[in-house]
Amino acid sequence: MTDQAQLLPGTLDLLILRAVSLGPLHGYGILLRIGQISGNALLIEQGALYPGLFRLVRQGLLKPSWGTSENNRRAKFYELTAAGHTRLREETDSWNRLATAIGSALAAQPEEV
Amino acid sequence: MRLLDSLRFRIATLFQRSQINADMEEELRSHIQHRADDLERSGLDRSEAERRARIEFGGQERFKEECHEALGGNFLDTLLQDVRFGFRMLRKSPSFTAAAVLTLALAIGANAVVFGLMDALILRPLNVSQAENLYGTEYGLDPGFQSYPNYLDLRDRNHSFDDLAAFNFAFVGLDTGKDPSVATGFAATGNYFDVLRMQPYLGRFFHSSDEHGPNSAPYLVLSYAYWHSRFQDDRSVVGRAVQLNRHPFTIIGVAPPEFRGTLLFVSPDFFMPIANQEQVDGQNLLNARGNIHEVFETFGHLKPGVTPAQAVADVNAVGAYLEKTYPKEFAQKNSTLGRSGLTSFDGAVREFVTGLMLLAGLILLAACANLGGLFAARAADRSREVALRLALGSSRKRILRQLLTEAVLISLVGGTAGLMASVALLRRLSTWQPFPGAPIHLPVTPDAKIYVVALALALVSGLLFGIVPVRQVLRANPYEIVKAGSSGSVGRRMTVRDVLLVLQIAICAVLVTSSMVAVRGLVRSLHGNFGFEPRNAMLVSTNLAMAGYSNDRIPAMQKRMIAAMQAIPGVEPEGVGLVNNYPPLVYGAATRTNVFNEETRDLRPSNAAAMPYGYDVSPEYFHAAGTVLLAGRDFNWDDDEKNAPPVAVVNREFASKMFGSVTNAVGRFYKMQNGMRVQVVGVVEDGKYLSLTEGHEPAIFLPFLRSPASQSYLVVRSSRDPQQLAAAMRSQLRELDEGLPVDTATWNSRLDVVLFPSLVATMSLGVLGMMGAMLSTTGVFGMAAYSVSKRLRELGIRVALGAQRTEVLQAALGHAFKLLALGSTAGLLLGILASRVLAFVVYSATPRDPLVLAGVVLAMSLLGLLATWIPARRALSIDPLILLREE
Repeated sequence: MTDQAQLLPGTLDLLILRAVSLGPLHGYGILLRIGQISGNALLIEQGALYPGLFRLVRQGLLKPSWGTSENNRRAKFYELTAAGHTRLREETDSWNRLATAIGSALAAQPEEV
Repeated sequence: MRLLDSLRFRIATLFQRSQINADMEEELRSHIQHRADDLERSGLDRSEAERRARIEFGGQERFKEECHEALGGNFLDTLLQDVRFGFRMLRKSPSFTAAAVLTLALAIGANAVVFGLMDALILRPLNVSQAENLYGTEYGLDPGFQSYPNYLDLRDRNHSFDDLAAFNFAFVGLDTGKDPSVATGFAATGNYFDVLRMQPYLGRFFHSSDEHGPNSAPYLVLSYAYWHSRFQDDRSVVGRAVQLNRHPFTIIGVAPPEFRGTLLFVSPDFFMPIANQEQVDGQNLLNARGNIHEVFETFGHLKPGVTPAQAVADVNAVGAYLEKTYPKEFAQKNSTLGRSGLTSFDGAVREFVTGLMLLAGLILLAACANLGGLFAARAADRSREVALRLALGSSRKRILRQLLTEAVLISLVGGTAGLMASVALLRRLSTWQPFPGAPIHLPVTPDAKIYVVALALALVSGLLFGIVPVRQVLRANPYEIVKAGSSGSVGRRMTVRDVLLVLQIAICAVLVTSSMVAVRGLVRSLHGNFGFEPRNAMLVSTNLAMAGYSNDRIPAMQKRMIAAMQAIPGVEPEGVGLVNNYPPLVYGAATRTNVFNEETRDLRPSNAAAMPYGYDVSPEYFHAAGTVLLAGRDFNWDDDEKNAPPVAVVNREFASKMFGSVTNAVGRFYKMQNGMRVQVVGVVEDGKYLSLTEGHEPAIFLPFLRSPASQSYLVVRSSRDPQQLAAAMRSQLRELDEGLPVDTATWNSRLDVVLFPSLVATMSLGVLGMMGAMLSTTGVFGMAAYSVSKRLRELGIRVALGAQRTEVLQAALGHAFKLLALGSTAGLLLGILASRVLAFVVYSATPRDPLVLAGVVLAMSLLGLLATWIPARRALSIDPLILLREE
């Protein structure tokens, strides 16, 4: 548990969008999916997921609907809207650019300057 | 659109909050259950699994709050919080709240009432459809009055109006079989209701097709109010036969409730065709072109595309034609068009309402100055609180929002209070009948417009002064303020607050001064010299036409009436007089006649040497009225004989205007419009005839039986108790003719109508003056209370060091009194200047009156005392020990 990384501000939304893009999920399922696709490397407080979900719903990126989970329990499922898909693409691009830039900046050697 | 959507979303979230909450809770519970399922699968028992799951989830409440914020619903939540906090803060400082709310309520109330009056009197004077292009004509000698033949010519010769209707008053005796009584209605042309494009409430209206010559259309249409009060909403009245001045008439319909006739202030009881005019007046005047009293007003809708200016030119062209065709009977005066219903009063009403608006505006200004002072003081008081909140991490935006919310709260509470008071007052006004028995009232009905205007005014003035502290908040440096404590800086000697207070007191002093000037003027006009003595004089009004008398039977009956009055015990024989139509100053009904020099040959109206008021009076009238004879002789009964030489008694003004002096006038001649030479046999003192504010006007008096009129007033002088006397007079007249409606009143009480404008002006000014005084009181109170609370510690130290009570008071309130004196002086001077304007409305209003000056000074000092009483008590009750320990 101790080697889990803290989330950067603003990245939770991106992770949610990505997790949901792989198929409709309920809140707990999203947490599991993020853990699964990130190799359990990220620390996310469980309750903190929900303000993010509500924000994305309000922005029209996610569409909620009640349904029944694999545990046979009532749960609210989220799926990506068209706007959500677009946003995920844009955010992914911009994250990649940022990550590349920061990565190359940190990898720079004295002789390269 | 996006704004609208977001607003709708926010409002929806507010109202669906409980549902959203339930939804949210279920979702979080479901999450915890799923997690517990997983934990259970890893070997924990169910209850332990659920406990762990809840712990892992974290603070549910916090996340729920964050979720709400994410939903955007928190704008209204914050607002509610602000409102709750605002109410708490306002409750904590009751004197500030009371002063501010009272100030606003006064200002908003006054302005709402004035707006209501303006709305009713100027914006929509008549309750009829398409009133905006309904215009009334004024032309002829007297504005508003025209003869019937002139109306017919105007109707047929103009090219500007769709159609023209006309109406006149009809004062009649109406006998429905039970109780004969006097009713006031309109005698209207047949097309009256068609021109107004109106449908009856019940039955039918009369139309042009009903008129077939004189007395051919004995039909009555009742007004809704009269139908309600006299016939108790009886729907079977349609078709009922009644007696109007002893002539059979049939009720054919009832007018709609919202229609109150085509004349402001007057609501007629009924409408009848003008074709039956002879049955109202006892003689047919419809063919007399020179009789300009048969039509009160002519009105109609302008044709599409015709401007009022074009219509005026058109009407004037008809007037020029009439003058050329009938030079002796028609004098052209430039005619004008007015909003129908207001044509006769337009100017006066506009001036009055404008004056009121000006004064109400002053009240608003004073109130704003007051509010500004109050809010500024409060801001200074709260600087420490604001600083503390800033230091604790509150955002400036949030604090400003809180301050504005408080300002809006005060505006709304004050505005609502003022509005409620004004609506109550307007309701009272609309049912108010200033003259008992006369169908006169103010057509004000408070409607949505008034509510909107009042609340908008309240919000604007509240917000304007709620913003006063903003600069302070933005500049505040929490560190400095918290460190320095609340003692504050003494600063400049004259602050913005002081200037506002002086300004406000000055405005209020203006109002107080004007109201006192008006009151004094009214009192004086009640004791002025009218050219007759209204005290101990009783008036009996009769209209013989109401009892069915034709003109040839009138003289004999009137002689018998005079004799009957003389027979009453306590009445001297020479104490009874009779005047045709109306006596001076009654109902403002004086009429003028054209008078020519003896040598004038061409008797067209424009050659007239004078236009005196004319009265037809009996012998002994002057004695009964208390009018002093200056030279010559009174009338005797011989003058009334048909073949006697025509004689007249004139007043001093007429004598000096026509003949140079009083002594010159007796025995001289002048000519009437019809060419008759009249000899002056007597001169009486000048008087007031039409209004109390008029100057010296010429007047002539003629023997009454030479021009018999059915409407007359008996003047009876006696020192007997008016009620007993009136009863005796009524029983005497009943013996003469049982069916004659008789109206008795003292001459003094009949002056009500002419006193009405000054009475209303005085009352309005009085109320506004009181408001001004209350505003000053709250203003001075706020300032004094603030300065005492601010300097409590300083005062405590002074007391501890042995200061006397007077010294404490001096220190605590000296400044407030200085400002009060400064403001009052400025206001008094301004008020004296402003009162010159008042002289137009209120008879003999003069500000250079020691009583007024003393009154204003006294009033302002009294209210100063009143306002500083509580703060002074507080300053005197200071216990230095407690105070110094607290700090």
